[in-house]
Amino acid sequence: MVSFDLLANAVVSGVLLGGFYAGVAAGATISFGLLDIANIAHPAFVVFGAYGAFVLGQRFGLDPLVAALFVVPVFYLAGLAVHQVYHRAFERRGDDSMRGLAFFFGLMFVGEVVLILLFGVDYRYTSAAYASTSIKIGPVALPLRQLIPFLGALVILAAAQLFLSRTFIGRAILGVAQDATAIRLMGADPVRLKRIAFAISIALAGAAGALLLVLEPVEPAIGREFIGRVFAIAVLGGMGSLPGTWIAAVMLGVIENLTSIFAGASWAPAVSFGFLLLTLAVRPSGLFGR
Amino acid sequence: MSAFFRFLGLAIIAACALFAAMRAVGNDYVFYAGYTVLEYVVLACAWNILGGYVGYVNFGVAAFLALGAYTGVALGRIAPVPLPVMMLAGGVVAGLVGLGTGYLTLRLRGIFFAIATLALAVVLQTLITNWDFVGGSAGVYAIRPKHVPIFGSYIQYMVFLMLTLAVVVVAVSRAIETSGLGLGFVAIRDDEVAAEATGVPTLRLKLIATALSGAFMGMAGAPLPYYLTFLEPSSAFNLTYAVNSIAMPLIGGTTMWFGPVLGALLLGTAQQVITVTISSEVNLLIVGLLLIGFVVLAPQGLIGLLGLTGKRRSA
Repeated sequence: MVSFDLLANAVVSGVLLGGFYAGVAAGATISFGLLDIANIAHPAFVVFGAYGAFVLGQRFGLDPLVAALFVVPVFYLAGLAVHQVYHRAFERRGDDSMRGLAFFFGLMFVGEVVLILLFGVDYRYTSAAYASTSIKIGPVALPLRQLIPFLGALVILAAAQLFLSRTFIGRAILGVAQDATAIRLMGADPVRLKRIAFAISIALAGAAGALLLVLEPVEPAIGREFIGRVFAIAVLGGMGSLPGTWIAAVMLGVIENLTSIFAGASWAPAVSFGFLLLTLAVRPSGLFGR
Repeated sequence: MSAFFRFLGLAIIAACALFAAMRAVGNDYVFYAGYTVLEYVVLACAWNILGGYVGYVNFGVAAFLALGAYTGVALGRIAPVPLPVMMLAGGVVAGLVGLGTGYLTLRLRGIFFAIATLALAVVLQTLITNWDFVGGSAGVYAIRPKHVPIFGSYIQYMVFLMLTLAVVVVAVSRAIETSGLGLGFVAIRDDEVAAEATGVPTLRLKLIATALSGAFMGMAGAPLPYYLTFLEPSSAFNLTYAVNSIAMPLIGGTTMWFGPVLGALLLGTAQQVITVTISSEVNLLIVGLLLIGFVVLAPQGLIGLLGLTGKRRSA
């Protein structure tokens, strides 16, 4: 018999986990949903961000959340550079589907190997004190190592949403997603807008990486687990909608958590990918799609 | 048709010569290294049937390979069947799974198929990890027969089978290129909407390519348990298989059968050397960098650089 406490705890920690997944998927929602760039290396950038925060913590004793402030601008610049290469080599040639995918696949793989060469395959973790404390509300425990990534991801999503809907450039990016030709007729440069948007998606990946370090110890190949989650969330959330991303992510987090508690942790990885396969087969336009 | 048989004859002669040369060296290591290279020739050509000719990326190479391997393991648990039967069964199972995955996702844009194949690998790995009949997460031992008639050692027998499979895959690849099927594939790759509009049965052709490609990967996987003698999910589903099988055709060139063969022979042999002399991580790093370098700088691959493509694709 399943006790109510266990169920409540499982659901709450699933929501917290899902909220964090939304932070990881936010960048992919922008690059995949809005720009139509299937950056399967997105989770690899998240892991890079986690290692960036780890190194800053080791060298300068920075808290992961403070380290994120330094990681984000560096990742923004890296994102500009990656898009430059992507655009020149694939997008402009109109050859972006197959080779572009292989390009990101290569980036992901190289990133992983570089991390293994630099740091080895050991798990790395933050020494921040709050990582091991938790708040208790009634029977439900809220571990800070889950609560902080959850809140941090909310900040990421809210900032991205405000940027896209309220600022001039943000709205121009939404415009590019809808009709790049029309944007060009308005006198704006669609390639530059896409580059900015892609760089933002990578910057968000860096920020999510710092949160990942708070949530759990990281190792170089951990990003693979997130590929399924990220794309399941991006598709399910309706490709390009950040609120949809959050809802889909929380759903996935809860289902994943319930699965690992009631069916065993070894089944959890299949949940997100199964979710994704099912979504693609049954409802490719997402939960809230037309 | 006579051109096809002439090609097949030449391929068989080349394969026989290669096998004779390996026996002449008289060292088992040559066979162990050769097996891996040949396995990659099969995987690269199989990947290229869908990836190169039709333009749909399969990231789940390891999933299809592992399907073949575990089909063999499951069969072996039920009855002592010979290895070629395991290969055929592995091919059938992997082909059917390819067909199923394709049927679910190939009606969507290509990117969704690519992501679905990634997903397939993880879902299958989870299933196998939780399936104790084939060893589960603990893995399973595959005992090689001590002696095989004619070949002497088992590794020579496995190399012979893999070489045969390689000849079959290359011959099928070339047959596709020169047939109407290949024309349909290329039409899809160049412009799917236009192909559909002019009456090319795109979904059916994509499904044929996916099933064929998956089946060959499954066949290549069946001997894997006997090659490794101990098979566990994390080695069967290793991402390295996917990276190599994608890198080799893209480095060699994807438009004709010679590209993946060249890529697999060069890269496969180089990797055997680098893994032994430097380290397997550096080896993987080089493969990844070569993959990125070639897709960015030389989209036609080595055969494009060497001017062997025959016809030029409009860039």
